[in-house]
Amino acid sequence: MRWAQIPVPVRYAILVIAIVVVWQAYVTLGHVNKLLVSSPLDVAAVVGADLRSGKLVAITWATLQTLVAGMLAGTAIGFTLASFAVFSKVGHDLLNVLSAVFNPLPSIAILPLAMIWFGLRPESIVFVVALASVWPVAINTDTGFRTVSATTQLAARNLGLRGWRLVVDVLLPAALPSIIAGLKASWAFGWRTVVAAELVFGVAGSAGGLGWYINNARYFLNTATIFAGLVVISVLGILVEALFGFVERRTVIRWGMKRAA
Amino acid sequence: MASAPPPVVADGVAVEYVDSAGRRSRAIADATFEVRRGEAFVIIGPSGCGKTTLLKAIAGFLQPAAGKLLVDGAAGREPGPDRAVVFQDFDQLFAWRTVHDNIVYALRVARRLSAADAKRRADEMLELVDISRAADRYPHELSGGMKQRAAIARALALEPTMLLMDEPFGALDAITRNQLQIELANVHRRTGVTIVLVTHSIQEALYLGDRVMVMSAHPARIREIVDTSTAKDVESPHFAELTGRLRELLVHRDDALGADRQAAVE
Repeated sequence: MRWAQIPVPVRYAILVIAIVVVWQAYVTLGHVNKLLVSSPLDVAAVVGADLRSGKLVAITWATLQTLVAGMLAGTAIGFTLASFAVFSKVGHDLLNVLSAVFNPLPSIAILPLAMIWFGLRPESIVFVVALASVWPVAINTDTGFRTVSATTQLAARNLGLRGWRLVVDVLLPAALPSIIAGLKASWAFGWRTVVAAELVFGVAGSAGGLGWYINNARYFLNTATIFAGLVVISVLGILVEALFGFVERRTVIRWGMKRAA
Repeated sequence: MASAPPPVVADGVAVEYVDSAGRRSRAIADATFEVRRGEAFVIIGPSGCGKTTLLKAIAGFLQPAAGKLLVDGAAGREPGPDRAVVFQDFDQLFAWRTVHDNIVYALRVARRLSAADAKRRADEMLELVDISRAADRYPHELSGGMKQRAAIARALALEPTMLLMDEPFGALDAITRNQLQIELANVHRRTGVTIVLVTHSIQEALYLGDRVMVMSAHPARIREIVDTSTAKDVESPHFAELTGRLRELLVHRDDALGADRQAAVE
């Protein structure tokens, strides 16, 4: 059977299993120092134990809460900026200036400032995550609004639509391919930022998030726990990507606005 | 009560376009004509003659820079569903709604119908233009002809005082185009709605129009308004005669050099 004829999920599963087997063989047969590299079996054992004890669930939950709070704030501000940019020239210029200034700034670099403002509290991380997610959403939504076809807009005005109703009922769905692209980028920035911020911020207590979980394990040379944290971060990333894929298939792909991948 | 005013009265109307650089250019100058209630009024002319601009002004998307444009007796009207527009481009339908939902949504926001009434009316309209079987499909799943049928159904559902059509069949193949022309003529007969239709096809103008307004480009102006209500049989000598007449009016206009030469002779 040719490789290309095998269904895609099976192909991916075969590759993942192959990588894990090679990894396990490397650690077992290569007599690698377990303080440096853990085997998949050891990592699975840690993940299993920490899931059963509820520790990993609480920690993952803490990270996700911070991420969602930050992304909600960032997305709301991003939509608002993009909407003002549609309605007024000043709004458009403001968006251009703000995104030009802040977009190149890795938002994690704002963390020290946030810590001075908000203290060693979750608010500091929420703040930097919001800052990381606001620009991709604002810029992509603005682009999306601007590229709504002239005919679609005329058809909407012909129905008497104006103002916020026009934005919500027509511009938003018409711009959805760009908006989803913006949300994807915003999630990618936000996710990296939240984990990085938690690494810095390792003092917040027992449920300090996945970054803290990893960094804390380093103090005790629990290498398998570090790997466990990395695996969880990666798996969550894959799940969120799958969620975006699901949303796209149900919306923009179904509506013929974007081709299926 | 006085009789209702004509749907459109244009008196010396000029419409300007402002391009992205902020430059003003006059798309049409000094247009004077009247559209009668219940007729199919066709505007024909070469590209750049300002026929689409004129339609946009009637729809309320553009305001005249000079002259008087009365729509249902009032000047300076905003766009509204009483002048339902059918465009040439297929993306006039909302891609995120099914054909049926496109009509229901339009009726809900523009006519404030209840959900049940809007659904009933949408069903009727889809029946009228013969696309009931595509009711639950999304626009991108339809052929070009079906999209235009759906757009016409949505426009008619609004019960407009006039139907404004901007080359509605311009992007269709010849066979579909003919079929839709026949059906539009039927719809016009059955509903009696006033139609203002922009086209560059002489055959379409003659077949659909009760009167045809011929426009010229450079300068954009009205050449003549021809009564074509008697030419409905495409096989008849009268149809051929009027075809020749419209062609003469149109070609004359297009040939700017010829016009100049003629002016020089005169």
